Amino acid sequence: MTRDQGQRLLLPLFVALVIVGLWQWWVTAYDIPQFLVPSPLVVAQTLVMDWSLLGAALLVTLKVTFLALFCSVLLGVTIAFAFVQSKWIETAFFPYAVLLQVTPIVAIAPLIIIWVKSPTASLVICATLVALFPIIANTTLGLRSVNRGLQSLFKMNRATRWQTLVRLRIPSALPYFFGGLRISSGLALIGAVVAEFVAGTGGTGTGLAYQILQAGYQLNIPRMFAALVLITLTGVTLFALMGALSKWALGSWHESETNSI
Amino acid sequence: MNSEASAVAVQSAEKTYPNGTHALLPVNLTVQQGEFVTLLGPSGCGKSTLLNMVAGLLEPSAGRISVWGESPNAQSQAKQRLSFVFQEATLMPWARVGANVRLPLDLQGINRADADQRVGNALKLVGLEKFAESYPRELSGGMQMRASIARSLVTDPSLLLMDEPFGALDEITRNRLDDELLSLWRSKGLTVIFVTHSIHEAVYLSSRVVVMAARPGRVIEEVAITPTVARDDAFRVSTEFAGYAKQLQDSLLRASVNVDEALA
Repeated sequence: MTRDQGQRLLLPLFVALVIVGLWQWWVTAYDIPQFLVPSPLVVAQTLVMDWSLLGAALLVTLKVTFLALFCSVLLGVTIAFAFVQSKWIETAFFPYAVLLQVTPIVAIAPLIIIWVKSPTASLVICATLVALFPIIANTTLGLRSVNRGLQSLFKMNRATRWQTLVRLRIPSALPYFFGGLRISSGLALIGAVVAEFVAGTGGTGTGLAYQILQAGYQLNIPRMFAALVLITLTGVTLFALMGALSKWALGSWHESETNSI
Repeated sequence: MNSEASAVAVQSAEKTYPNGTHALLPVNLTVQQGEFVTLLGPSGCGKSTLLNMVAGLLEPSAGRISVWGESPNAQSQAKQRLSFVFQEATLMPWARVGANVRLPLDLQGINRADADQRVGNALKLVGLEKFAESYPRELSGGMQMRASIARSLVTDPSLLLMDEPFGALDEITRNRLDDELLSLWRSKGLTVIFVTHSIHEAVYLSSRVVVMAARPGRVIEEVAITPTVARDDAFRVSTEFAGYAKQLQDSLLRASVNVDEALA
């Protein structure tokens, strides 16, 4: 098992090394100018040299991402509970949840930025709108996916609505919720970056997206790449973090998180 | 027979679904305290429907069902004396075996110390005392079913309703659990209503078999099983056992032939 885990880490790292190596070789061998494609070495140097700028920007983007993820979980779970409590509520509001999902964020971000004074708040709202749907959809599905026999057992033992919710519905929904959380964590980051691309032109915010835009105007291509690398790494880290969280919560019992047997 | 003295009294109870399907024609059935009654029949004969109505999980469309003289849903006291064992083990996968068995007590709000003691006793009854801290997925199918039975016994019920509990198990495990069930039935003075589609299981376990047929679901006849020898492995291969099995099989066959003729 430890060998498996080692491989799961080593193999992707090996692939990354090969690609970075090839990239470095190609840029040096064909003498590609830096303002077209900077070499990995140059990108790494930029990352270190511009760290005060990029690190601060990363913090801003991270703040927006986590706030948005937090809001999505809070809102998404609340909405899912409301949907499960009454078929009427779900029938009336589910189409609007879908509407939320299919509206491109770039189209409504300018409006939100105009309406909401605080730049951080407007970014968080945009990113939340992007990240919300998977939490709603998955949690609703999970709260409904309760074993019929267990439901009868609770009924026969005259469990109260509250007991059934806490002891049966919520644990049954957890695997679904964590599935949604993994998707939403990535979406929250994308939402935070996309919203900042729109807001950034309005002269607010200093997140990673803004740095990419600025670097683009100045034709500082290595810095663009460095910011991009940071966004990518953040995304991967977030995904791994949510995976670890899910494993911590479900590892002892759920099939998806247990490799044994 | 006085229905007040009997454990379960079913009086012309029937079940018709809104789409007009007749799941169960009117049934009369009285189960005396301490009896082991098996409902035997093919799929769709309404045996689970009947059991669910006795449990109060389904309402009869017409007729009356009483458990110790009260309706299954209206009663407070009798409710606690009735336990249900499902087709599958239906354990909560996120809870350890001990917590699964403790569930009915937790829902009743019984204090932790008392509950834990009763859970320990129930687990000992089914031979799982070493597995209280295991998760259900770590147990075999037979052991999961044992845990499910422990959960049904933890409330100290007088009436045990079992819906094809061993249907998914291999024959060897099933036979062993049949034996354990019989000894529990005897030692605790339980009243059991047991649903199965296995003729052999019905003969081996029951003091009375209620034979049912499908399309529409109905009761055909009742057969008392009163072997002159003890119920053990020798009984399974005795001529007496074979005689009862043949009687039940003929009864089931007659019923299906009648339906085929009616359809033709």
